[in-house]
Parts: sequence; structure tokens; C-alpha cells
Amino acid sequence: MKQILTVANKEFHDGLRNRWLVSITLIFALLSIGLTYFGAAASGAVGVTSLSTTVASLASLAVFLIPLIALLLSYDSFVGEQESGTLLLLLTYPLSKSQLLLGKFIGQGSIIALATFIGFGSSAVLLYFQLGDSQIFTSFSVFILSAILLGLSFTAISYLISLSVSEKSKAAGFALITWFLFALAFDLALLALLVGVEEGISQSFLTQLMMLNPADIFRLVNLAGLNSSDVNGALAVAINASLSQGQLFSALLAWVALPLTVAIFIFRRKKL
Amino acid sequence: MNTPLVSLTNAGKSYQQLDALKSVTMDLGQGEVMGLFGHNGAGKTTMMKLILGVISPSRGSVEVMGMAPDSKEAWHCRSKVGYLPENVSFYEQLTGLEVLTYFAKLKGFNKKQAVDLLEQVGITHAMKRPVKTYSKGMRQRLGLAQAFIGEPKLLLLDEPTVGLDPIATRDFYQTVDQLKSNGSSVILCSHVLPGVEQHIDRAMILSTGQLLAMGTLQELRQQAALPVAIKPLGLNGSVAADSKLNSFLTSNCPDTLMVPEDEKLAVLKQLLSHEALDDIHVEAANLEQVYQHFLSLHENKQQSSKQQGAQG
Repeated sequence: MKQILTVANKEFHDGLRNRWLVSITLIFALLSIGLTYFGAAASGAVGVTSLSTTVASLASLAVFLIPLIALLLSYDSFVGEQESGTLLLLLTYPLSKSQLLLGKFIGQGSIIALATFIGFGSSAVLLYFQLGDSQIFTSFSVFILSAILLGLSFTAISYLISLSVSEKSKAAGFALITWFLFALAFDLALLALLVGVEEGISQSFLTQLMMLNPADIFRLVNLAGLNSSDVNGALAVAINASLSQGQLFSALLAWVALPLTVAIFIFRRKKL
Repeated sequence: MNTPLVSLTNAGKSYQQLDALKSVTMDLGQGEVMGLFGHNGAGKTTMMKLILGVISPSRGSVEVMGMAPDSKEAWHCRSKVGYLPENVSFYEQLTGLEVLTYFAKLKGFNKKQAVDLLEQVGITHAMKRPVKTYSKGMRQRLGLAQAFIGEPKLLLLDEPTVGLDPIATRDFYQTVDQLKSNGSSVILCSHVLPGVEQHIDRAMILSTGQLLAMGTLQELRQQAALPVAIKPLGLNGSVAADSKLNSFLTSNCPDTLMVPEDEKLAVLKQLLSHEALDDIHVEAANLEQVYQHFLSLHENKQQSSKQQGAQG
């Protein structure tokens, strides 16, 4: 356990030193405060709009940003150390492969979690002062918690990439493709399926398909509780057949645990 | 009986088609310094990785401190092993002290030890600077400090003197001698040969994954049967006139006698009987010559076996 914490501490400080924590927090805070204030600008008004609109716009923004940031932060965690030779050295230390991986995960995961909490939390506080509605904190804690899980999930996925390739530049390429597939292509494919299949696919089948993408689970978590008037597209269909929040959160958790387990497995078999 | 600290029994490692290490049997006792020599790709690093337990042998067995180094039981032994990899660039954005503190903590030590080690390798003045500003020699010193964490019982050093200036090299060998007198065993891996001779007890010569020779320098010299070079000064022409001595003269160095080890004393006595003798240099074959000898022997053998294979 001490070993894990030593690695985690180092990774966390790297995140601070490289200004990752500050930049991510700033991005999240600026965008969320901006959306909170100017989300209604399209309808001609400036000022705080309804809670559900705000959370809906924040969620559709976060679903692109968080995976991208998590992948950027962690794609070189292993392949980078392999290239510089420190990975081999670390493995001659009394430190197991799973300890190293979990340590990195805790360190980098804390950066993402903390940035998400502060960044989006700030707009929750702002909204509370404007609206004075304590409902805000319940909605935002669901939003922030699921956003953190989404970030952790993509951190774990980027470890898969980092452990499977042998060059840093390849890892960067794969990270970009992964982001594109999960954040954009998957939804387009779902839409195409909805429109293209004549007899129509059942709602439950569609929801099951969405479980294959952590980004979509994140969307479901945050949009299910809102007025369906704020939601459109494939999601609206899925929401009507929605699973309980508990089930959705366990699915997100599985998307953290599963890639992490597979990453440990790959790491153990990796040739050095 | 003194059990060996490291012992390899017919140990080998293969990657798909490539035999990185064929079959090596060796023992390393406590307080012994072993020199491991070979060209690039000779299997030096593979052998080190086997001893470190980072990879598992494909054949044979490896034991370090009585345990297989790749097993779970050997876990706690790892803090007693120090390793300096050949190519390592430490976390560039961290300072030297931060890098060393990280590694010290992973071995169960603290910042204080890290500071002491940095002082020992002589980079205290730069410990608050990021590693990216370090010169090659300073990086190498940082790597050495890393290998020395916790006074290891077994040290594996891959090209430790690359990039070190002569003074730093001398300091380094002093540290090796000191560790040795404290009972640590050292495996020095190198292709830089001069200067290393007086600090190693035994040498091992590897080529293309094969063990060519192993033993003390004295033993290797005997095996190689390389002649001693004797250079008398002041005997103008009288050596060439002497029928006993002129057989030792070779065409490419006319002043030097190349004498087999067992005839050395007889020749010396005879030379000393010449009154005109001013001075005399006696030089036994050095490690580099022994190394070259075994390598060329091996190459000739390989070539002849290839030719035989082509004929048959």
C-alpha cells in the first residue's frame, strides 16, 4: 500500500507541476460558468436559465471534453516511461506491476477528480446564489460524480493504449481515434441504426447498446432526470426505457474497473 | 560453505527466433566483483535482466540470494539489489533530489538518505535543479546514486563509467572497492576495458549469447596463452644477433620480444646478463588483448563451422 501511495503522490505532483490541475480546473470552471450564464443567449436572454437546461448543456459539453482530457493526461504514462528507461528500472524495485499501475491511476485520477469537482462545483455555487434552490446541489452532485467516473474510465482506457503500443507517437494516435470513436462515431452509428432499420429496434435493445459506451452512460445518467423537452435525438428514445440511476452508476463503475483489470493483465504479460 | 549470492545454471533466454542468451552457468560469491564483457547484443543486458528477475529464463535456473528472482518470495530481496540501466533518462522536469527521493522511498528509505547519496556522488550543488539541465556525466552520477540506495548486497551496473570524466571514474571505482570491502557483490557490465582490470576479481566474456570464457585475469591469460611483451632498451642489435632471443622477435615490432609466459624468466635472465642493457619493460597481455583473443577465436570457429555446414 505504501508503494502505491508513493507512486500516486509522484503522479499527483507531476500533474500539479505540469499545470494540468490548474488548466483543467480553469477550463471546466470557465465553460460551466459561461454556460450557466449565457446558456439562454440563443433565446435572447442573458442570465441564469433553468437548472435542467444548465445541467443538460454542461453534460453535453463534458461528454466531449472529459474523455479527451483524460486521454491526453494519461496516454504516455507507460509508453513514455518505457521510452526513457525508467519503467524497466522501476520494475527492478520492490514494486509490483499492479502496484505501479494502481499508483499511477490514483495519482492521475485524483487530478481529474479534483479538477472536475472544483471546476463544475464552482458553477453549482454560482447557481445556488442566483436561484437559491437547494435542488441544485443534488443535481450537481450526480453530475459531478458521474463526470469523475467518466474521467476515471477514460484514464483506465488510456492505460490500455499506453501499455499496448511501443511508441509514444502511436499512443497519441490511438488515443485520438479512441476519443473519436467513443465521443462521436458511436452516437452517429446509433442514430443511423435507429433511422436505418425499418422495423425499428426496441428501446431496451438501444439502451443495452448504449451500455457499450461510457460516454453514453454518462449522458443517460445526467439527462434521464431532466425534462425530456431539453433532450433530443437517440437519447430521448433511450430515456423512456431508462434504467435506474443505481444501475447506470454501476455500469459506469464497471467501465472503470474493467479496463483497469485488463490493463493490469496486459502489463503482466508485457515483454520488457 | 559460502553459498553463492547469484548462481545461474544452464540459464538461457529466447525471444521467438532469437536466442538472446544461450546457456550460461556461473556463480558469484559474496564480496566478489565480476566484470561482464561483450559487444552490443552479446547478451549482457539479458543476463542482467534475468538476475534482476524482470524476465524469466526460458531454460535452466537463476537463483539470487537462494531464491528465484522472478518469484514472489524474492520480493523483499529486491531492496537489497541495486541496478544502473544502460540508457536511462530520469524524469526530466523533476529535480535531482526529487528523482532520488522518489526512488529512495520506493526502496523504503527517505529524503535524508537521498541527500547523503547525492553528496557521495558529488552532485549536491545541482540537486535543486531539474534533471533536464544536467550534463551526461551528472545524469550518470544520479543513476549511480540511485543504484547505491540502501547499501545493496548486489549491484548490477550497465556501462557505469560512460560519460564520466577521469576523476569521476576514479571516484566511481573507489566506491566499488569500498562496497566490495563491505561485502557487496558487483557485476560490472562494460565494453570500456582500460582501467577496470585492477577492480575486478573475475571476468566473463560473452558473445552472441554464448559464454566464451570466465575466470580470474590470470586464468584467462593462461587460457589465452598470450605472450608477454618484453622491451629491452640499449641493446643495439645484440638481440637480433643472439640466436636464442631472435626467435621471439616479430616483424611488426622489431624492438619487442614476444615471449610465452613460461619462458619469461629465462629470457629475462638472459637479457639481464647483457651489460649494455639500460632499461627493460615487461608487459603481460592486458584485458583488452585477452578479450580480443577470445572474440577472434570464437569468430574463427563460427566461420569454419559455417563453411563446414555449407560444404555438407
